[in-house]
Amino acid sequence: MSVQASAAGEWHRPGSLAEALDIRARAKDAVVPAAGCTDLMVGWNAGAGRWPTVLDLSALPELNRIDVDDAGVTIGAAVSCSRLANHPAVAGRLPMLVASARQTGSVAIQNRATLGGNIMNASPAADNPPVLLAYGARLTLASTRGSRSIDYADFHLDYKRTRAEPDELLVSVTVPFPSPYASVHYRKVGTRRAQAISKVALSVLLDAGAGVVREARFAFASMGPVPLLAGSLSAALRGRPLAGIDPALVTRALATDLSPRDDIRSTADYRRQVAVNLVMAAIADASAAEARRN
Amino acid sequence: MSEGPVLSFTLNGRVFSAADGTVPSPAMRLLDLIRLHAGQTGTKEGCGEGECGACAVLVDGELANSCLVPVGQLHGCTVTSIEGLPRNDPLVAAFARAGAAQCGICTPGMVMAARALLDRDPHPTLEAVREALAGNLCRCTGYVRIHAAVLDAAAGEGTAGGGAS
Ligand SMILES: Cc1cc2nc3c(=O)[nH]c(=O)nc-3n(C[C@H](O)[C@H](O)[C@H](O)COP(=O)(O)OP(=O)(O)OC[C@H]3O[C@@H](n4cnc5c(N)ncnc54)[C@H](O)[C@@H]3O)c2cc1C
Ligand code: FES
Ligand code: FES
Repeated sequence: MSVQASAAGEWHRPGSLAEALDIRARAKDAVVPAAGCTDLMVGWNAGAGRWPTVLDLSALPELNRIDVDDAGVTIGAAVSCSRLANHPAVAGRLPMLVASARQTGSVAIQNRATLGGNIMNASPAADNPPVLLAYGARLTLASTRGSRSIDYADFHLDYKRTRAEPDELLVSVTVPFPSPYASVHYRKVGTRRAQAISKVALSVLLDAGAGVVREARFAFASMGPVPLLAGSLSAALRGRPLAGIDPALVTRALATDLSPRDDIRSTADYRRQVAVNLVMAAIADASAAEARRN
Repeated sequence: MSEGPVLSFTLNGRVFSAADGTVPSPAMRLLDLIRLHAGQTGTKEGCGEGECGACAVLVDGELANSCLVPVGQLHGCTVTSIEGLPRNDPLVAAFARAGAAQCGICTPGMVMAARALLDRDPHPTLEAVREALAGNLCRCTGYVRIHAAVLDAAAGEGTAGGGAS
């Protein structure tokens, strides 16, 4: 189905992914993929009757599925934050994703905002990307040339630049279930709960069986041009006993990993200090959890 | 593709469709369709950017800010705005009793957000009420009376329904 809009661009609302990919392949950047429209409508000034040619993804069954297997959950790009947070497998096994989905604006926003839109909008302040980085998610992108799966950690290149090609759509996000020995932590520091864009958000997956760090993934929002996975920090902590990690070590590693800026919401120095504090608090939590387990 | 646009939904029980011209454009904001085309002006425009909730309505029972919803996405949906609530909805009386409306701009959106909550959770805690209404801004009341009104309506609904809550 394709609809001619009276005031500006056309409105395409295909009912299958194959049809959507055809339109995308023909028009490339001349069509704007639209999911929940919570980011797009703000920019369009649709109230004044202006909008581009739109490829509406809201009727694609392939993008509206949630599939669960032993290894993890595959979430369609057009699944809303509300549906995501209420899904039993997500609620039961991926608590950080529940927390971030419930932080993605107010209830009215969460009901429309999609996981795929949150990723593709590519804001460094977005709430779900750090959680996906900490869990080690993979993305599936598709075009008429075929589909491919990439590690989400490789996806964001620079401010609002990603590895997605102009003829591609994001189809789904696969989030592996963490190991039973891993503990997870999610913290968002903002001005007002539930509505505020984060000043700093951190999600952490720490696997420290027998008290020694096997895997440590710390991912941040609002600490650079893209959602960031702190690679130097992971390397610095791996193999160390969880108890007695020196804050100076964390500060040094984060100095390489993060590149916060001053902006209207906060200063770079404040953000760096908050980042170190959040990491130390997560380590202390994980340490306490580990002690309880033994 | 040959038969042209397939786009049809109901707003407060009335059918709107592209085929008969009652939906002029798929990119139109649901807010404009409600106010300008359906002539139902209970739904308000505060910010036009999703921040204030004055334009909140229910789409298939879920709260949505109508300033951010293009009508092209509504095929097959049921939309309820403030005019679509039953006249005797306990929330309306509870808002009046509690003095929860001053200028009234936020009130329709508040009531819709509260309705979405009570449909899901008939006996919410104060914390749940706060969370559910966090996207609805009020510049007049300071929120206390609004939250009290929602709790009051919930208590009333419990007894009216005969439940021994
Ligand atoms: C009032 C308000 C509060 C908000 N609060 C928060 C918040 O607290 N935290 C937060 O993270 N975000 C917040 N947002 C931003 C927004 O709601 C989220 O980024 C949301 O997840 C975007 O999803 P969407 O489906 O609405 O995206 P859309 O607006 O439909 O699209 C966003 C971008 O992604 C592209 N896109 C969407 N889907 C695909 C796909 N499958 N393939 C390729 N490209 C695609 C679009 O072309 C567009 O560039 C807020 C927005 C508003 C209006
Ligand atoms: S007018 Fe729609 S949220 Fe403010
Ligand atoms: S009563 Fe005036 S904004 Fe709420």
